[in-house]
Amino acid sequence: MSFIQRNVRTWMLTELLTGMAKTFSYMFKRRSTINYPYEKGPLSPRFRGEHALRRYASGEERCIACKLCEAVCPAQAITIEAEPRADGSRRTTRYDLDMTKCIFCGFCQEACPVDAIVEGPNFEYATETREELFYNKDKLLANGDRWENEIAANIAVDAPYR
Amino acid sequence: MPTLSIDGIEVTVEAGQTVLQACEAAGVEVPRFCYHDRLEIAGNCRMCLVEMEGGPPKPIASCAMPAGDNMVIKTNTPAVKKAREGVMEFLLINHPLDCPICDQGGECDLQDQSMAYGKDHSRYTEVKRAVKDKNLGPLVKTTMTRCIHCTRCVRFITDVAGVEELGAVFRGEHTEIGTYVEAALTSELQGNLIDLCPVGALTSKPYAFTARPWELRHTETIDVHDAVGSNVRVDTRGRQVMRVLPLLNEDINEEWISDKTRFACDGLAKRRLDAVYVKQEGKLQQSDWDTGFDAIRDRLDGVDGSKIAAIAGDLACAESMTALKDLMTALGSANIDCRQDGAKIGTGARGGYLFNTTIAGIENADFCLLVGTDPRHEASILNARLRKRYLQGGFTIYSVGAELDATFPVTELGAGSDVLADIIAGRHDVCSQMVKSTRGMIIVGQSALARADGAQVLAGLKAIAEKTDMVTSDWNGFNVLHNAAARVAGLDLGLVPGEGGMDVAGMQAAGAKGDLDVVFLLGADEIDTNAFGDAFVVYIGSHGDNGAHHADVILPAAAYTEKPGTYVNTEGRVQRAERATFPPGDGREDWTILRALSERLGQTLSYDSLPELRARMVEIAPQLAAIDEIAASDWGDFGTAGDLSSDDLALADTDYYLSNPVCRASDTMAECSDLKLNTAEGATGTHG
Repeated sequence: MSFIQRNVRTWMLTELLTGMAKTFSYMFKRRSTINYPYEKGPLSPRFRGEHALRRYASGEERCIACKLCEAVCPAQAITIEAEPRADGSRRTTRYDLDMTKCIFCGFCQEACPVDAIVEGPNFEYATETREELFYNKDKLLANGDRWENEIAANIAVDAPYR
Repeated sequence: MPTLSIDGIEVTVEAGQTVLQACEAAGVEVPRFCYHDRLEIAGNCRMCLVEMEGGPPKPIASCAMPAGDNMVIKTNTPAVKKAREGVMEFLLINHPLDCPICDQGGECDLQDQSMAYGKDHSRYTEVKRAVKDKNLGPLVKTTMTRCIHCTRCVRFITDVAGVEELGAVFRGEHTEIGTYVEAALTSELQGNLIDLCPVGALTSKPYAFTARPWELRHTETIDVHDAVGSNVRVDTRGRQVMRVLPLLNEDINEEWISDKTRFACDGLAKRRLDAVYVKQEGKLQQSDWDTGFDAIRDRLDGVDGSKIAAIAGDLACAESMTALKDLMTALGSANIDCRQDGAKIGTGARGGYLFNTTIAGIENADFCLLVGTDPRHEASILNARLRKRYLQGGFTIYSVGAELDATFPVTELGAGSDVLADIIAGRHDVCSQMVKSTRGMIIVGQSALARADGAQVLAGLKAIAEKTDMVTSDWNGFNVLHNAAARVAGLDLGLVPGEGGMDVAGMQAAGAKGDLDVVFLLGADEIDTNAFGDAFVVYIGSHGDNGAHHADVILPAAAYTEKPGTYVNTEGRVQRAERATFPPGDGREDWTILRALSERLGQTLSYDSLPELRARMVEIAPQLAAIDEIAASDWGDFGTAGDLSSDDLALADTDYYLSNPVCRASDTMAECSDLKLNTAEGATGTHG
């Protein structure tokens, strides 16, 4: 490139105008950002977010303390203790999930024979302290109660592929 | 000896063995549910189907087919595969497939074999059968819908346990295993049903839903609840012992263990001593090791050795007893004893306190005389061996002493002391039988030896055993049956009163008179600890039991699952127990407590590590060096010749389920004991 050409481009502000033209052209294109948290992007029914323990329609908790999720968990984030409940059924007395250990692989919900532990669509559960991320059974069941409609809908949508 | 071909492998088996056993000999795996090495053959699950060339045009059940010469067996043909898949599909028709809530899940024969030999799906869409659960008592939990009717439980309880309490009622699909009339099982071997059941129909009630097999850490060790020394596997989860299972040892427990061994493990977590306690102002106060040791040192200051005594308990390991003996010697005391029940044994030849015939040796005997012993409750596993021998035929059993609830026919000769005197003198009718038998055996229990005339009973039985040729160069039919796991090791190490020393009764008498200043109890709980009067009692043990109640200083020690230790069983077999978990709180291994205490007392014991201690132990008792072996024992003088007292031979009044501190802390054992007492008193089930 000759000396003259370079000087002309510089003094005519060609680079600047090209850049501004590019920027200006995006005004007529579809927007690719969203106004989070007022707007939200789409989620797959298979999205693996915050965990929840589900209940049956009767209100009975689904978890039967088979401990398969505990066994399969690669991060060893789940701790379960179990004993016979007063009615003789097999139930957990403790279901702890350390969300700081969890790697959201979804093996726990794959292993669960009764669809009790699931990873729901919620991903907005940031906390101010680390301790708040140590979920216990009550917290997980409360999550299940809160998200049951979404979770059930997701499972129904995904069912044909399972 | 037939020779046959299994999948092209030639094997020769003993005549009378089955095709399935031949397959095993050839190293070919054949799936099975109903067949079990130690039970009679039933042939009702059909899982072991194999093809026989030149045989019937259908597969044969290999477990029920005797191996014949020149048979050609095929186990890997498409026909066999199809037959197995078919049988599996049939077995699963009525099986609920509730593996996630089943305690057998993860260690289930049905689960494993349906993975290995079954189809991937079922074609069955109809309704499944459901069966009401049976209540078999506090130990065995039933889920009868899971039952595949292999009848292993029925055969075990009938043949091995010797109580006909289970059976199959109705036929075909309606078959149910049960007790006919609802009742708890009474066998003290019933826990083995849980291991035998190939599915989850019979599971452990105390262990129900608490753990999964893959969470457990296994430790192979030795049981101490009786003097048999059964080999067990202790399963722990974290620091808690979850369950105890049998290990195979043909010479001792085969593959059975008693219920006490299996179910008392919940006692290891309850009523534990987890801190040092020192009595201050009449009350035991939690304290620390320094204060505890100082209190003992201050009390022992200037006390003469003759006023110090020590008693080793029934669960003590040989290592801790070695340390205790050395400490007492250093303190200048000869008052030491390991025989809490006061049995008059241990002061003579080693053969005088061992089960010389050995447990496996029972199978060679042809005559047995029980003297003041109830083997069913004192050594259930040994009793199972007696029953096994009885079932083989040509074995007569007589008993002198209180009436027995035995699992084999016993001719009761009466409990009178005159009967025993007649036998010893050779006047009794049974003596002709003893002479006639070529391999006769006498089993004398602790109840007979703990009498005031125990030494005379011992000497008398020795004399008659020798007179009737029960003791020859290749056979020794003289047997002492112990109740305590620590006893033989204690006697080997010489934990009996030394010259001028007092035994347990002597210590108690001295205590009552105020002639005893300090008593060390090493887990000794089976004695009246009140009887030591004002003596200063130092209790070293694992549980807050009888011994701890009257103690002035309590030093928390390890239970048998929490320390490596050496135990010698009633046969004189030396075995090593391993550590499965750690003692709670401040608890320490017993010998380390004694070692630390000795240093504080200025009498430091000469060993700092377990190998050094074991070397010292072997120095005292060389026979303890050979692990898993029975050292040849000498046969010489023991007992004291003399007349018997006129008292009847009674059995010690101990509750089978509550015989040691671990059992007494166990809820399961308390429930069993309660059930037994209430049933004996005729509870009806509607008694409130």
